[in-house]
Amino acid sequence: MGLITTVNDSSATPLRVPAPSGDASQDSWVTSRLDFLVNWARSSSMWPMPFGTACCAIEFMATAASRYDLARFGMERLSFSPRQADVLICAGRVPFKLAPVLRRIYQQMPQPKWVISMGACASTGGMFDNYAVVQGIDTIIPVDVYVPGCPPRPEALMYAIMMLHKKVQTERMSDKSLRREIEPDTESLLYIPPSTIDELSEPFGNSVHQTRSAP
Amino acid sequence: MTASLPPYESPVPGSAREAAGLPDPVTPRYIAHQGGPENPSVAALRERFGVAVLRSHVMWGDTTVFVDPKAVHDVIRFLRDDTAHAYNYLVDITAVEYRDTDQPLEVVWHVRSLPWQRFLRIKVELAAGSALEVASVTDLYAAADWLERECYDMFGITFNGHPDLRRILMWDTYNEGHPLRKDFPLRGRFSRAEQLSQALKIDTSGGYSTTELSIAEAFNDLPEDMKQRLRAARAVDPAALALPEDGR
Repeated sequence: MGLITTVNDSSATPLRVPAPSGDASQDSWVTSRLDFLVNWARSSSMWPMPFGTACCAIEFMATAASRYDLARFGMERLSFSPRQADVLICAGRVPFKLAPVLRRIYQQMPQPKWVISMGACASTGGMFDNYAVVQGIDTIIPVDVYVPGCPPRPEALMYAIMMLHKKVQTERMSDKSLRREIEPDTESLLYIPPSTIDELSEPFGNSVHQTRSAP
Repeated sequence: MTASLPPYESPVPGSAREAAGLPDPVTPRYIAHQGGPENPSVAALRERFGVAVLRSHVMWGDTTVFVDPKAVHDVIRFLRDDTAHAYNYLVDITAVEYRDTDQPLEVVWHVRSLPWQRFLRIKVELAAGSALEVASVTDLYAAADWLERECYDMFGITFNGHPDLRRILMWDTYNEGHPLRKDFPLRGRFSRAEQLSQALKIDTSGGYSTTELSIAEAFNDLPEDMKQRLRAARAVDPAALALPEDGR
């Protein structure tokens, strides 16, 4: 549905937009869904909080600069304070020492908030399958869009941003499950403890011959 | 971090090399892998410290001297303070552990003499299985502070006399070991879930000691002219700049 719909109805309401000709039968009406308006506003002016830790941040800067121009998406205002940010763009690897920092920054962002995980390292740990690097930021915070690449080109990041726009535009205010913080129910039969997930999902990637246990 | 280091003044002002009438150094066209002219400081060390200087060799034009672990602090102090050497720049402190775990672990100091344009690599061998302890040189070089902390964090070498020897790269409560040791598994000792849950418990503001956060200490370390400017600013508007009570 479009934003502005012309309705040929002469009943007088405050939402009636008078036609320039003065002909009341040609007056326009503005009608829309509140969901649509809200999502349109949100997706058109997302303020990104750049959390750049590595070379992905350089590509992010290139995306924000004039050649690729994030301003086209209403994102020219980089919010270096999480309190005024809508979308957290995690660009680069996150060492374990930064994990509590990243989580706190996410918690400091007001709802509604979204997260883009930019690059292989932020998404999976990338080639840093070692003692120091978080194996994907989705182990710390929820992620909406993953961008593959090492580092991703600006086009890839813009594609991710447009995907996020689409995601935002399909949100419904009536959906109560949105943005609800879920604590895992440890009593549930479906609950799998993190250690079991860890066991099932490893070894992964390279260096599979290395044992976890101390020699 | 108590920062009681006296201000260091180079024993040789300017270029000692030039003052001594030595020719300017020339970038060599060919450097032998092994051998070549040895750094003259090594001969002086041999003369002064005798058997404490174990051996030396030259590789790719750089001289490495092995010294006794007990004598290393005296050796470095001599190299720093003697005007004939004046190694006034501590480049790096690190350690080497070899794949053959029977081989001793080496602690390495890289020092450079800016007045004499010399570079020397000092090594100490710590026998495998022994207590990994060596003297700190923080009383000689302020730069040694973080370098020794890094070496302690990554290799577990204790620098005796360091004022604040704690981890610097890994967090304070990290208890998986010392990551650059050969017996440390690449992915760490704990499971990913355990590593993450421990990491999320890090107190992010606890990494700074009270001394690091203390403005009073920082003020006393400022140069005199900057202190005067700050005092003048406070005299104009006391609220604009809250100085500590002992900042005067």
